[in-house]
Amino acid sequence: MPHPGSPAPPPAPQTGLPRVHFIGTGGTIASRIDYVSGAVYPHFTAEDIYSMIPELESVAIITAETLFSIFSEDMTPQHWALLAERVAKVFESDGPAGVVVAHGTDTMGYTAAALAFALRRLPGPVVLVGAQRSSDRPSSDSATNVLAAAVTAVKAPFAESVVAMHAGLDDTKFYVHRGVKVRKMHTSRRDAFRSVNAVPLAKVELPSRDLVVFAREYAPRSKEGVVLENGFDEKVALVKFYPGMDPEILDFLVDRGYHGVVVEGTGLGHVGEKLVPSVRRAVEEEVAVVVASQCIWGRVNLNVYRRGVELLKAGAIPAEDMLPETAYVKLSWVLARTRDLREVAKLLLTSVAFEIDKRSEEWYYPPLSYFEKFAAGGSQ
Amino acid sequence: MSVKVGLEIHQMLDTREKLFCSCPTSLRRDEPHSRFRRWLRLARSELGELDPAALFEYMKGKSYLYESYVGGTCLVEMDEEPPHQLNLEALEIALTVCLMLNCKVVDEVHVMRKIVIDGSNTTGFQRTALIGFDGYVEIEGKKVPIATVCLEEDAARKIEERGSEVVYRLDRLGIPLVEIATGPTISSPEEAGAVALRIGQLLRATGRMKRGLGTIRQDLNISVEGGARVEVKGVQELELIPKVVEMEVQRQRTLLEIRDELRRREVSREQLEVKPVEVTDVFRGTSSRIAKKALASGGVALAVKLPGFARLLGRELQPGRRLGTEMADRARYWADVGGIFHSDELPGYGISEDEVNEVRRLLNCGELDAFVLVFEERRKAERAVEAVVERAREALEGVPPETRAANPDGTTRFLRPMPGKARMYPETDIRPIVVGEELLARVRGLLPEPPEAKYERFVRVYGLSPELARKLLRSYRLDLFERIVSTIGAPPSLVASTLEDTLIDLRREGAPVQNVTDEHLMELFELFARGGLVKEAIPLVLKRLAENPELEPEEAVKQLGLTPLSLEEAREAVRRILNRMESLIKERGEAAFGPAMGAVMRELRGRVDGALLSRIVREELTKVVGGS
Repeated sequence: MPHPGSPAPPPAPQTGLPRVHFIGTGGTIASRIDYVSGAVYPHFTAEDIYSMIPELESVAIITAETLFSIFSEDMTPQHWALLAERVAKVFESDGPAGVVVAHGTDTMGYTAAALAFALRRLPGPVVLVGAQRSSDRPSSDSATNVLAAAVTAVKAPFAESVVAMHAGLDDTKFYVHRGVKVRKMHTSRRDAFRSVNAVPLAKVELPSRDLVVFAREYAPRSKEGVVLENGFDEKVALVKFYPGMDPEILDFLVDRGYHGVVVEGTGLGHVGEKLVPSVRRAVEEEVAVVVASQCIWGRVNLNVYRRGVELLKAGAIPAEDMLPETAYVKLSWVLARTRDLREVAKLLLTSVAFEIDKRSEEWYYPPLSYFEKFAAGGSQ
Repeated sequence: MSVKVGLEIHQMLDTREKLFCSCPTSLRRDEPHSRFRRWLRLARSELGELDPAALFEYMKGKSYLYESYVGGTCLVEMDEEPPHQLNLEALEIALTVCLMLNCKVVDEVHVMRKIVIDGSNTTGFQRTALIGFDGYVEIEGKKVPIATVCLEEDAARKIEERGSEVVYRLDRLGIPLVEIATGPTISSPEEAGAVALRIGQLLRATGRMKRGLGTIRQDLNISVEGGARVEVKGVQELELIPKVVEMEVQRQRTLLEIRDELRRREVSREQLEVKPVEVTDVFRGTSSRIAKKALASGGVALAVKLPGFARLLGRELQPGRRLGTEMADRARYWADVGGIFHSDELPGYGISEDEVNEVRRLLNCGELDAFVLVFEERRKAERAVEAVVERAREALEGVPPETRAANPDGTTRFLRPMPGKARMYPETDIRPIVVGEELLARVRGLLPEPPEAKYERFVRVYGLSPELARKLLRSYRLDLFERIVSTIGAPPSLVASTLEDTLIDLRREGAPVQNVTDEHLMELFELFARGGLVKEAIPLVLKRLAENPELEPEEAVKQLGLTPLSLEEAREAVRRILNRMESLIKERGEAAFGPAMGAVMRELRGRVDGALLSRIVREELTKVVGGS
């Protein structure tokens, strides 16, 4: 029985188009509010997607399923594993050109990184997509983001876990970010997602549907089967250092049997001196300690200042130019493979999904001078 | 035949911040700083019914270019950040308006979304909240019901339309408006004008409304007995309301006459299931420029017979507007064509009698049949014909319910189909606000003086003439008047006559008085109060300010050489002038006052208070006369 107000059934998609599989996990993009009952319910059938975005009929033949219906902040490493498994299965059994995952934007970066680590080889891209404005409003970015994601699923030469979202305020340009390098950098803007310590892999333009690749290196679509190395250790924490932080916070995690901790340090990767003994103790008790930076942009370097050297000596592992969130997901993934700290350090510092770039290029960090073009006019 | 009119008045509030963000509420004249492009997409209408107007805008596939200002607009207007809490200053003003209009007030304010998909709101909806309902205004003893008072956000300003793109500027988006809707019980054009005037006066009495062009907008709902409800949008001038009503009534009545005539001719809906016939070949050698141009660029000529419509298409509904004009409006809207030709205006426009006869022959037109011709690219022409035939079918019913726009001459033109009913749904980003007794008590305590009391005060306390007081109460400078009088202490009658007479006289003389700002006037009267100019100088200074609005009043006074003279200087100057006239004065004695005053005024006008000057002249004259 169709929902009251459902539009006429969409025309059948053109045959001979590539296939794209949609997986709904919840979030703004996939939910609808029933204003009569006030209930929010997931709604993610192929018919729904076509009727929301009729343009897709000429992009791809769509199949769809709802895997979860949860807010993205309720995602857990278990969900990552279930999702990775499902994506692997879809590629193996149905052979779509790509998979699009509709996901709440808040933790989309974490899930994208998790999929990147778990799905070691893919025949096509996994494109995560979300919406910053709910799809019940005419100005929602969901339809155009989904369209851009579908174009990416069909056209991208790379077969990685990526995020496709608005590139700016316009509804005409979208960036495809590498899952391990993307971070939600704004609470509400359509262009909240940014590649950090990297530039986007590609852009998609609408309405032309052109895809332009920026990346020089990527994992191409594989003709061989999917390689899935699934599983995440849930005994991993991500803690932010702050001035005055009590070392007991770290001790607590060790006492509670955690296997690993990512510490978001200051600057090049520092923490207060009181924490150093706690780090040493953690490592002695076989708990991996990874140091990332709360600067977000730039690379961790523990050789420059004395505190860094002390941390290194205590056994901390620098996260290089990985985002703290990516370091956290990776540590969780690594600890599910090995608990041997030597192996952990080795694997953590090996780039397995382009998450570590040995070279920090100038254009990775957006110039601040952007505001000046407004300053001249704005001050009058 | 009875007429029913309802008014909908939209008035901008003069709040410090916008309704859902903290941006300023002023419009900008400078170039915008950045632009961004969007599409709108019709979300499934959550409450059921699809809105035809919204659907149509969507079908047109328009894109919208929005212009924004650093320092003027923020992410909220750009739909890049959720709305903030409803502006409490605006809520207080709206509550004030409710109480003045004897409305019941809601217990909780719920902000709703009203789908508006023409791009004028970046969100695709306008936020609106019901504040009061079930009130009334009294006009000459009759109670006219006030159905609702709502608080709304204003839309973005349309700058231009280029092809499939519409350009909007975001400075106006989000400025608070009160929307006051009367019940549909107004029964004459004059009454409509009186009700609008009364509501306007009450609004101005709050002193918290924006003033000037575009800050108040009236929409009218008009229906005559046997007709249908027609919404007329965007009447900007109060004075135009009676005329718009009158002309709309005339239009609807004539449409009913046409309907009756069609019935007499026994025209049926079935007869209007007509298909266009291609008549391109008839116009191969035409001398009509429009036809030639359309055919040369690959277009076709389509003609359609309208059985029984002869001499009705040319029937005038309003001055210069006929049933044929209404069909052309529709064709333009639905098919984006330049226009159509109908048989009541042919031969003409370069289309010959032979061509007309040939079309009639091809369509098999009888004496009572009319036809419509379109020269266009085929697809557009077909859509245009369809729109015309649809309008012809509606003529069988009389008056089509629709939204029309007011023209400056009081006539109206088709704007869009009447919007559907299910356009509102809850704004889930904003929590409801409880209207507590404390808030209501505060508003009640600050209720402004009603216009009648103001009038009394102006006449009794300020000593204004009844005429001037009445003028002020109708004036949009009412608040300014009160501000100048209360803060500067300038003489009320001088201020009133300057605002209501001098400025109007100057405008009649052709001075661009719209350039004179409130700040100019405030400073002018401050200067006056400090003795920095005399009242005779005011018109001259205002004229200079109108022509050079960048000047400050003090500077204008200086430029005009109107710096007041001290008593000694004035006396000295008078003596000097009288000395030159000594022989005349000796000859005529006191009777020389007239010419003496004239000569003095020629030199000193605007530099010395007139009454004072007259006294000095008299004193000095007496001295000269007596000294002989």
